[in-house]
Order: sequence, then C-alpha cells, then structure tokens
Amino acid sequence: MLVQFYNVSKVYPNGVKALNDISIKIERGEFIFLMGPSGAGKSTLIKMLFREEVPTRGQIFVANRSIVRMKRSEVPQLRRNMGIVFQDFKLLENKTVAENIAFAMKVVGSKTKDIRPRVNEVIQMVGLKGKEKSFPGQLSGGEQQRVGIARAIVNRPLLLIADEPSGNLDMDTAHGIMDLLYDINYKGTTVVMATHAWDLVRTARKRVVTLEAGRISSDTYTPEFI
Amino acid sequence: MKIKDFVYFVQEAIKSLSRNRLLSIATVTTMAISILILGAALLMTINADNFMNRLESDLEIIAFLDNSLTKTQVEDIKTDIENMAAVKSVVFVPREQALENLQKKFADKDYDLEKVVGKNPLPDCYEIKAENPQNVSNLAQEISNMPGIYKVNYGQGVVERLFQVTKWVRIISIGFIVLLAMGAVFLIATTIRLAIFARRKEIYLMKLIGATDWFIRWPFFLEGIILGSLGSLISIVLLAWGYSSLISSLQTSLFFIPLIYQQSQLINVYLALFATGSLLGVMGTYISLNKFLDV
Ligand SMILES: Nc1ncnc2c1ncn2[C@@H]1O[C@H](COP(=O)(O)OP(=O)(O)OP(=O)(O)O)[C@@H](O)[C@H]1O
Ligand SMILES: [Mg+2]
Repeated sequence: MLVQFYNVSKVYPNGVKALNDISIKIERGEFIFLMGPSGAGKSTLIKMLFREEVPTRGQIFVANRSIVRMKRSEVPQLRRNMGIVFQDFKLLENKTVAENIAFAMKVVGSKTKDIRPRVNEVIQMVGLKGKEKSFPGQLSGGEQQRVGIARAIVNRPLLLIADEPSGNLDMDTAHGIMDLLYDINYKGTTVVMATHAWDLVRTARKRVVTLEAGRISSDTYTPEFI
Repeated sequence: MKIKDFVYFVQEAIKSLSRNRLLSIATVTTMAISILILGAALLMTINADNFMNRLESDLEIIAFLDNSLTKTQVEDIKTDIENMAAVKSVVFVPREQALENLQKKFADKDYDLEKVVGKNPLPDCYEIKAENPQNVSNLAQEISNMPGIYKVNYGQGVVERLFQVTKWVRIISIGFIVLLAMGAVFLIATTIRLAIFARRKEIYLMKLIGATDWFIRWPFFLEGIILGSLGSLISIVLLAWGYSSLISSLQTSLFFIPLIYQQSQLINVYLALFATGSLLGVMGTYISLNKFLDV
C-alpha cells in the first residue's frame, strides 16, 4: 500500500471546510483520477500527498510512514519520492528545457555525471528530442507540459501527482499528455491525477474517485475497465 | 558542505545576481546609502564625543595654599592629595610661577605687576586633575576641606552645566544612531524581501521537488553577503574620501575643530560598518527567506 488516508478532514484557517472525513487507499502501480466539481477539494487532497497542507484531523500514511507526524526536516525526503506536475507547468523561464529538467536533479543532490544521461533519457521519453536547448517561451503549451512531466519523473518517483495537467491545453494535446502519463504508469509509477475533463476520463480504463463538497461520493472504475 | 555543492551555490548566486541586475543594483545602492548615512552619523558622534572628552579632561581643580605653610607641610599635602584614589595628577605651581603666568597675559611686557602691586599677591597652588572628570566637583569639595588649603577653584557652576550639556548631547546622538540603524535595517530588509519575492516561484518549486532549506538558502546567503559587502564597501570608500577631504580642508582653514584622524581609529569605524553591512545582508536574507521556505 503506497498511500492511506484515514478519516482526514481539512479546515482552512479562514474556516472553509475543504475535506470532510476522507478515507482512501492507493495501491502501488495504480492510476487514479480524482474528479469532482470546482471547490470539491481535489487540490486540497493532492496537496496533502506532498504535505503542502496538513490535515486538521485524521492520519495520512505514505509508504507506511505517517506524514502528519513527520518532522519538518523529513519532508524533503518524502517529496523526493514524488513527482509533481502543475496545471501552469511552473517552468523556470530563464532555463532551457534540459536545464529545467537537470534542475530537479541538482536540487536533490544527484551526482553531476549522472545528470546529463538521465536528462537525455527523459527528454527522449517525453518526445522532446531536439528541443533540449529551447527556452519554455519558445514551446507550445503541450510541449511545456511535457517538460513539466519530464522534470517530475527524472528522479524516478514512486508517485506521480498531477493537478489538472491538461487544464490549460486543448483536447488533442491533452490526449497526448494522457498517453504519456499512461505510459509512465505502465512502467510502474503510481499516478494520481485531478481533472475536470470527463472526456479524458471516460475513454480510460482507470479508477475514478469523485469528490463532492469535501466528501468521496463515488470510488469506481470507468465502464470500459469492467 | 561538499565542494560540489559550494561551487553550485556560488554559480547560482552569481547567475542570479547578473540575471536580476536591476534589483541587484537597487539593493547595493540602498545598502550603500543606508550605511553611508549611518557611517556619517557615527563619525559625527565619535567626533562630538571626542571633543567633549577633551573639554572634560581639560577641567582641573586649582587648590590655593595657605601662605603660612612650611615647605614640608606643602610636600605633605601634595602626597596626601596624590594618594587620593580619584586624583590623576597633581602639579605644584609656586607663587613666583603663578605671577609669571599672570604677567604673560599682559601684552605690555614693560608693565611690571610686582612693582605695581608692591609684592607678589598670589599664593602657591596645586593644579589637580581628576581620574574621572565627572568627579571634579566632589573632589574639589573634599580637597577644600583639607587643612592648609585656603581656597579651591574649579569653575564652579560652569562645570555642572558642561556635564549637563555633554550628557544630553551623548543621549541624543546615541538615540539618533539607533534610529538611523533601525531605518537602515528596515530599508535593507525590505529590498531583500523584494528580491526574494521576485523569485518565490522558484523557491516554491525547489521546495516541492524536495530541496532542503539549506540548499535553497545558501545561494541567497551568498548573494546577501556579496550585495551587503559591496554596498558597505562603496559607502566606506565614499565616507573615507569625504572625511579625509574634510580634514584637509579644515586644516588649511582658520577653523580649529579637533577632528579625529588617527588611521587606527578610523579603520575600526570602517571595519565596523563593513561588518554591519555584510551582517545585515545575511540577516535580512535569513529573515525574509524563512517566510517563503514554509511550504
Ligand atoms: N489556501 C486556502 N485557504 C482557504 N481556503 C482554501 C484554500 N485553498 C482552497 N480553499 C477552499 O477550499 C475548498 C476546496 O478547494 P480546492 O482547491 O481543493 O478545490 P478543487 O476541487 O481543487 O477545485 P478546482 O476544481 O476549482 O480546482 C474551496 O472552497 C476553496 O475555496
Ligand atoms: Mg483545484
């Protein structure tokens, strides 16, 4: 079991109840869609996975360790086992594609000689061969998100977390990104992805957890899967 | 810290300085101006203090002796006064010397005081300096009560006023320096916060990728040190140049203001300013960063 939520509730300091008594288990190797209307609490749940937010009540375990009781100094190690993909990509504009990806390896203290081959490998994997020296501003949205994904997987995370990774992209591009995520999942990485886009989810054969007003309203598999 | 990391930190610091050139220049300028003002105020205060110290240490007690005393009695009184803890030095001025001194004050050398008055009207006296000028009036009181002392003179009234004035000048100038220093800290912290705010996304990203706080801090610290020391260096150069030209212009003019000019004393001031600038750079960075590291 990779992730376990036990009766997790979250009340923000301003009094908003974002999550209400959530319990969920995520197995290694799973691909999970997190769906639900705006304000349902998807992003809040996602942020708890990498401990940007901590629950007001309840427990969260990642790889059998409580991340609620975790010391501040242990958080970096937790995050090194995760890759995060953002809706707005969050690329560094003044670094090239290759530098953006290498940045994630430098930040966690990888050996200098390991960086270049690994960066080339993931650039190949996300289909950006030839764009290594481009700057984010010179890329399309879809290409930028591929860089974001490459950066997220370059440290070989156990868990890939994506909050509306295709939210800023058109349908065709979004499908391309989805194929990339399925591919990463197929190679063994657990993926949790929040999305609004039912069109993307409908055609997939994956587990779908739906949130409504901070509660899990359904936890099933898309029809095609059954 | 591993050498590889250190090289990386230095590279990052330099890259970010040149990338955010405008902000770097703004920070250095702010630092230089703040420290320049602080340094100028500091020099002014030190000079004022120096001047007041001189005024105070010029204070002396003149103790006039009874004319009837024998030579041994005069010697004994001197030893007694010298043995007092609060006394720094005692100089015996015989009446002949006192008359001569008085004579010198008259421009017309032909005017012979002794002949006019008939005989030397002045008594023997001691010129006494106190270990601590603040004690002058107490000490004078004590000496005046000694046998054989006819009268004591120390500028009664004026001395007390002088100390009143110097005390307030000191209090006000220290308050002024503290205010200026606080202003400088605030200005510098704000500039650094601005510089860090401009890069909050990068910091957030590093945190989510799993960078440790120290890994994020180091390049910013190096930047803070570089900007802080550069800013204080500029202000020190300006200050040293301004001060030395002030001294040389005052020396050629008629004014006599006893400015301090010993290099050793000035260098201490400059070193202190340099340390302050660098420290402010680092502390400002530390405090401003912590808020953004809390992810
Ligand atoms: N930092 C915060 N402080 C206070 N309230 C917050 C904060 N973040 C989110 N909320 C509130 O918590 C609730 C859930 O927000 P959340 O972002 O998790 O929803 P979401 O499902 O991701 O929505 P969307 O689909 O629009 O992204 C909302 O009512 C939101 O206003
Ligand atoms: Mg959201």
